[in-house]
Amino acid sequence: MAKPAAIVGQIILYGAFAAFIGYFATAPTYKQIPDDVALIKLSMSHLGGRECRKRTAEELAKMPPNMRAPLDCPRGRSDIKLVLELDGKPMFETVMHPTGLSKDGVSTVYKRFEVKAGTYQLGIKMNDNLVNPGFNHVKEAQVTLKPAQVLVIDFNPDKGGLFFQ
Amino acid sequence: MESPNVSSHASLRGNAQTLFERIENFLDASFGGADNPLRHLGALGLYFLWILVATGLYLYTVLDTSIEGVYSSIGWLSQEQWYLGGILRSLHRYASDAFVLVMMLHLLREWAFGRYYGFRLYSWVTGVPLIWFAYISGIGGYWIVWDRLAQFSAIATTELLDWLPIFSSPAVRNFLAPDSISDRFFTVVIFIHIAMPLMLILGLWAHVNRISRVDYLPSRRVMLATLASFLVLALIKPALSDAPANLALAPAEIRLDWFILFIHPLTNITSPAAVWAFVFGTTILLFALPFLPHPKAQPIAVVDAANCNGCSRCHADCPYEAVTMAIHPHKPGHKIAVVDPDLCASCGICAGSCPSSTPFRSQQRLVTGIDMPQQPVDVMRQQLEAQLAKLGGTTKLVVFGCDKGADVRGLAATDTAAISLICTGMLPPSFIEYALRSGVDGIVVTGCREGGCDFRLGMAWTQERLAHQREPHLRGLVPQDRLRVVHASRSEGEKLAAAVKEFKARLATQLVASNRPPAYSRRKIHHG
Repeated sequence: MAKPAAIVGQIILYGAFAAFIGYFATAPTYKQIPDDVALIKLSMSHLGGRECRKRTAEELAKMPPNMRAPLDCPRGRSDIKLVLELDGKPMFETVMHPTGLSKDGVSTVYKRFEVKAGTYQLGIKMNDNLVNPGFNHVKEAQVTLKPAQVLVIDFNPDKGGLFFQ
Repeated sequence: MESPNVSSHASLRGNAQTLFERIENFLDASFGGADNPLRHLGALGLYFLWILVATGLYLYTVLDTSIEGVYSSIGWLSQEQWYLGGILRSLHRYASDAFVLVMMLHLLREWAFGRYYGFRLYSWVTGVPLIWFAYISGIGGYWIVWDRLAQFSAIATTELLDWLPIFSSPAVRNFLAPDSISDRFFTVVIFIHIAMPLMLILGLWAHVNRISRVDYLPSRRVMLATLASFLVLALIKPALSDAPANLALAPAEIRLDWFILFIHPLTNITSPAAVWAFVFGTTILLFALPFLPHPKAQPIAVVDAANCNGCSRCHADCPYEAVTMAIHPHKPGHKIAVVDPDLCASCGICAGSCPSSTPFRSQQRLVTGIDMPQQPVDVMRQQLEAQLAKLGGTTKLVVFGCDKGADVRGLAATDTAAISLICTGMLPPSFIEYALRSGVDGIVVTGCREGGCDFRLGMAWTQERLAHQREPHLRGLVPQDRLRVVHASRSEGEKLAAAVKEFKARLATQLVASNRPPAYSRRKIHHG
């Protein structure tokens, strides 16, 4: 039979164990971002362009009938250049490389930016085929970001290319 | 010469062991060895896992895995059915935190006590993946609620995973916007949350596969007390969901579970590269630890065919299932003990269990059925006889101790003989009778604290043998009041010295009324 002192000791120690578990199960609270900050998430998964060459009639004639594709397209995809601007100033610039051993996969990017809540002129420019100069996709808009708001910048041809969400 | 790294590791480990021992000794005052949670961390972890399984089964039955349903079905438990589902949900949460806590303490303790190499290599190596299974299941479990905390963890985890070159498209894109995820997501998460514990249970089976008499559960008192602690916690601070997940908003302030989700803030204050370096580096270090320089392995038990009568006591007493019984090569119809070198812990408990390990045997050289080359029973007898011959004074004492417990060598004096064994479990009880019948007034047997035996069962078997509950038992003609058992861990030399002093004084003041058993002298009888 345990002594009363030992029983009291056990109650205190089991109580301390429960308090330790209970406290660190939810505390201290963790602040991911300050109160007045919003997030801009730049995320894309896009296939770069490629330069196809039109086969000549002689070339096609030499090929088996079932393989006479009019275009000769390389397997590899182009790098994709991306520039993100905030209030006209470059905020992020990158060249995305295609994935895969043969460089024939999608090019991807994911970046998270913390900005103070407020109104900004946001711009994104993309060139998905670096054989051509300049940017073939551009999106600009004035955005108002509330504290803790998440603004996503993505690319989807079905949604008209670059878009803010 | 030891390299500085090896010696600093040994020093760090030694300090950690001392710290553990001091805390355990402190807790013994309230709990006693059998109920001291720190001495039964593995069993406690398994018990928490069963709580998780039992409560998880109920939670699974009410879970609606659709995007809208997953949050409301879990919330319903806490709000509408707080008396059953809410409490079970809280038990599930707190048992998982406690599981992680005892798992990490178990890992630290085994390392501190040097239980990761040699015959323990298998248990150590099979334990490492279990940490991964536990954390994968734990982190995934938080996603199922699909509240703000789940949203934060899912995004933080996929951001971390995306640092590794394993996905062609970033996994975090699944959590970009409210329309990014589908109902199927929760089916996958639940599959992982159930599959990982199943892997964990399978891994645990392998983890304890090479030891005998496994403590699958802690004592009933510990189980009831920890369950009561969780229940009180569930009533005072029930586990509740945060606001529903909304991928259009970043959760600013998060009530984080630091036991399981600490990796997210760690990633934020460092980097994914640093966290992966920490995670993979720690895993590799844990796997490599048994192969780094460590104390040399001791010789294993050796069976002497001529003296082994096949009684199977060593087979029954071995804590590591290292002894099996086979057909005796020379004695038809008899068995013989066979030692597995990979499993033998070199503890000598088998030598203590062998009925042939009695000093009363007449041979000039005592050869027993199973023995330890580094400390054979014959040497023990020689040592005892040599020390007995030197003893003087009015109250003569013999102290049998253990290399892993409090050091007994310092207790040697003109009236006190001190013999340290590999483990107290290797002491054949007949040595006690032998010493008393050789003119000694009292015997002290000391070893690790209850539940703290370095070879798991040595001290327990010794006590059962001395209490006539286990073979080979101490014969009834030995008066129990001339025998004192003292539990003293490595750091409790002073406690042992005080107990020996007190026992000696008790014998000297003739508070011990019993007579010694009849005198006996092997040399006078057989060689005199």
